[in-house]
Amino acid sequence: MDLSFGVDAVLLARIQFAFTVSFHFVFPAFTIGLASFLTVLNGMYLWTRDETYLQLFKYWLKIFAISFAMGVVSGIVMSYQFGTNWSVFSDLAGPVIGPLMAYEVLTAFFLEAGFLGIMLFGREKVGNTLHMVACVMVAVGTAISATWILSVNSWMQTPVGFSIDPDTGQFLPEDWWAIVFNPSFPYRLAHTLTAAYLTTAFIVGGVGAWHLLKGRVLNKGVLTMFSMAMWMAAVVAPLQIIVGHEHGLNTYEYQPTKVLAMEGHFDSYEDGVPLILFGIPDQAAGEMRYAVEIPRIGGPILNKPWDAQMDGLDTVPDELEPPVGIVFWSFRVMVGIGLLMTVVGLWSLVSRVRGRLYDDRWLHRAALVMAPSGLIAVLAGWITTEVGRQPFVVYGELLTAEAASPLGAAAVGASLVAFILIYFAIFGAGVVYILRLMATPPLPGQRGVREEPGPIRTAGIMPAEHQTGDMNKEGTA
Amino acid sequence: MEISLDLTVAWALLLAFAVYVYVILDGFDLGIGILYPFFPEKRDRDLLMNSVAPVWDGNETWLVLGGGGLFAAFPLAYAIIMPAVYPPVIAMLLALVFRGVAFEFRWRAARLFSRWFWDAAFIGGSVVAALTQGIILGALLQGIEVDGRAYGGGWWDWLSPFSLLCGAAVVAGYGLLGACWLNMKIEGEVQQKVRRLARLFGIATVAFIVAVSAATPFLEAAYFDRWLGWPGILYVAPVPVLVGLFTLLLARALLADGRDWLPFVLALGLFGLCFAGLGVSMWPYVIPTEVTLWEAASPYKSQLFMFVGAVVLVPVILAYTGYAYWVFRGKLDPEKGYH
Ligand code: HDD
Ligand code: HEM
Ligand code: HEM
Repeated sequence: MDLSFGVDAVLLARIQFAFTVSFHFVFPAFTIGLASFLTVLNGMYLWTRDETYLQLFKYWLKIFAISFAMGVVSGIVMSYQFGTNWSVFSDLAGPVIGPLMAYEVLTAFFLEAGFLGIMLFGREKVGNTLHMVACVMVAVGTAISATWILSVNSWMQTPVGFSIDPDTGQFLPEDWWAIVFNPSFPYRLAHTLTAAYLTTAFIVGGVGAWHLLKGRVLNKGVLTMFSMAMWMAAVVAPLQIIVGHEHGLNTYEYQPTKVLAMEGHFDSYEDGVPLILFGIPDQAAGEMRYAVEIPRIGGPILNKPWDAQMDGLDTVPDELEPPVGIVFWSFRVMVGIGLLMTVVGLWSLVSRVRGRLYDDRWLHRAALVMAPSGLIAVLAGWITTEVGRQPFVVYGELLTAEAASPLGAAAVGASLVAFILIYFAIFGAGVVYILRLMATPPLPGQRGVREEPGPIRTAGIMPAEHQTGDMNKEGTA
Repeated sequence: MEISLDLTVAWALLLAFAVYVYVILDGFDLGIGILYPFFPEKRDRDLLMNSVAPVWDGNETWLVLGGGGLFAAFPLAYAIIMPAVYPPVIAMLLALVFRGVAFEFRWRAARLFSRWFWDAAFIGGSVVAALTQGIILGALLQGIEVDGRAYGGGWWDWLSPFSLLCGAAVVAGYGLLGACWLNMKIEGEVQQKVRRLARLFGIATVAFIVAVSAATPFLEAAYFDRWLGWPGILYVAPVPVLVGLFTLLLARALLADGRDWLPFVLALGLFGLCFAGLGVSMWPYVIPTEVTLWEAASPYKSQLFMFVGAVVLVPVILAYTGYAYWVFRGKLDPEKGYH
């Protein structure tokens, strides 16, 4: 069998990287938000001594444990992918990004991993206060981890603070401060952390909505989680639009070609830039077919006058253009979801003010449908970002095609197949386990990871399911 | 330049330390997976897994530090080694995926089949991870073909009787570590069984150490000179002598009862000696006889930037990792699992 599938090694390596990193990012996007949510729940419990919070903490902790494990194992794969698939890139860019990634390990991964055990299993052993400290450490660790890795990625998008070694071609660090705080980093960090919070809010809200739709309206845990999630959505979704917009302006300054691809501007404009809402990009012909556009407002969106003149992709050499179709559409998916999230957030506010938050069934249905929307939006966002920087891997400096390992296409193809089969099987099972946990409502006297009858307990989540039945009766009564 | 040289050596030592810590820590928890087949009862298996559930993630993080540190401090070596051992590295990563998720999934499995499946994933993942780690080490020792700044060999070069021998040695060694760890954490009948297994794996480990040591000097002339040439042999002789001594002490500790922590400590010592031996062979190369530490080193500025952080952070990490171990210290109560 030909395991290269007639495709060259670089493209296979790209597909493999995109596949494994997309799978990986799904878990951090959820666990970053969930770690903070758990910390808040635990804090609220310690503060108010309201058992509902403890119950919710234990409920989400089990889901967190599964999701975190999947984040860890898929992340370990990522840290070795640089060397296996992008060895030339590793050699050349290692002196700059290697230390940042080493700092991620030293400041974040150890912190998360060190305190995770205590967070999951240690409440009885260390007492409430130290247990709370452990929760905070895990939550902080996830945010620190995001900070470093996004600094790395942002440096690849907007590289500064380096020189090039004339002998080896390596990137040599000159100014660490400039490298870490490179121009796109603050925007990307803010936007991605906000994205993680939104992702979690909509998953939590979706689970709450599901139980509300099932009639569990007397379950205080269900009400509390739905309410908390909707607050988050109402506050953070509009914020994300603003942050995203600023991010885009910054990108236009440093990576104009990417923004032209996102907006679908094949043509240059002399007098006013339209906003292209939809259309079918035809990159070969260099035009947008069936474009639906609003005249002139594209200028103000990019901080330009109404009658601005602007260079389009027609001024960029063909071989330096990113694949416009992918960037154009993934950007629309992300922004569309951002707008829908805002609608749901504001709708919840209206319902809340009217005192109908817990019985507005259409709101619950909308929240349920939107449950996975954050995950779709973050993937769409990353695709916009990464595909939009093509054909470079270090923007303007190093071409993707020149960064790959000297591997045979068959080797990369074979491992790609292995990754696809194994990831779908394993992470598919994990998602099923998570969904099963989500299908049971949080219960008074919820058992945490630790208190579940240990080694000799009955299989899996059976005990919880028995009690679920009673809860349902109570709820619909 | 003087300082820069020292920094490179410091990084080599720091990375060697990270890899050693990885090997002993993940060694014992991979070892648990290697020992799983000897404990078919669900009850025993639960106990075994719970003995490492709170710490395995931290243990595995040292692997990320090893890989990430190599990338940062010796990017050229990272760029050459990874493609050279591509198949075993990918296999190791996938094996770690299987066993990592098994820690959580096993408890969620509602049906007999899925529990069986995750147990198998835990066993298979642990064995394959250990085996491939040994193979990677063997492949590195036997030499990697370098062409300019890149790997120059084929994609089966890593496979040889020697690398397979190293793979088997690591499986046996991790089994020993796992058994000694369990000996410390568990009481009663299971502990008795674990001790018997520790003897078995101990014998295998020592046999493999002898075999690998006997084969190594014949891989490269440089190794031969270092180990068997004169006067080098005078300097390196303590290593094999100490290995012999530790073997005797370990045998005695495993035959006598009491002092349950002693075999584990002695096993750590044995691993430390093997590690020292490895250092003797490889020094001053990072890819033996092709690329020296200095040739592969990242620029002074990169090494310095990281070193400042590492000097502060590694002790802090060791402190809170130690604390996490301390929290879960002592014998495990079979009635009160973590899960
Ligand atoms: C914005 C956040 C973010 C992004 C963009 C990435 N990660 Fe990640 N990663 C995390 C946020 C995170 C996290 C929240 O810190 C995780 C998720 C679950 C976990 O255990 O930690 C994690 C885990 C994790 C681990 C396991 C750590 C451990 O052993 O505990 C590794 C090695 C990586 N990641 C490596 C990477 C690499 C090489 C990436 C890029 C290609 C990457 N991550 C993208
Ligand atoms: C450390 C941070 C990251 C680095 C160093 C990095 C590096 C790379 C490299 C080397 C490639 C292959 C070359 C290419 O095709 O662009 C790539 C592609 C890609 N990356 Fe990233 N990446 C990082 C983070 C991420 C994250 C977190 C995601 C999110 C899920 C992501 C999504 C993608 C996608 C979708 C592609 C495919 C683009 C394409 O095939 O054209 N990247 N990245
Ligand atoms: C609706 C308003 C939004 C706007 C205007 C917007 C804008 C942008 C822009 C311009 C980029 C690309 C930046 C670059 O490549 O340099 C981006 C990337 C991204 N977006 Fe959005 N976004 C919005 C909503 C969302 C939502 C709702 C999510 C997820 C919940 C999200 C998640 C992401 C992620 C993960 C990235 C990749 C990382 C990054 O470059 O920051 N975005 N966004």
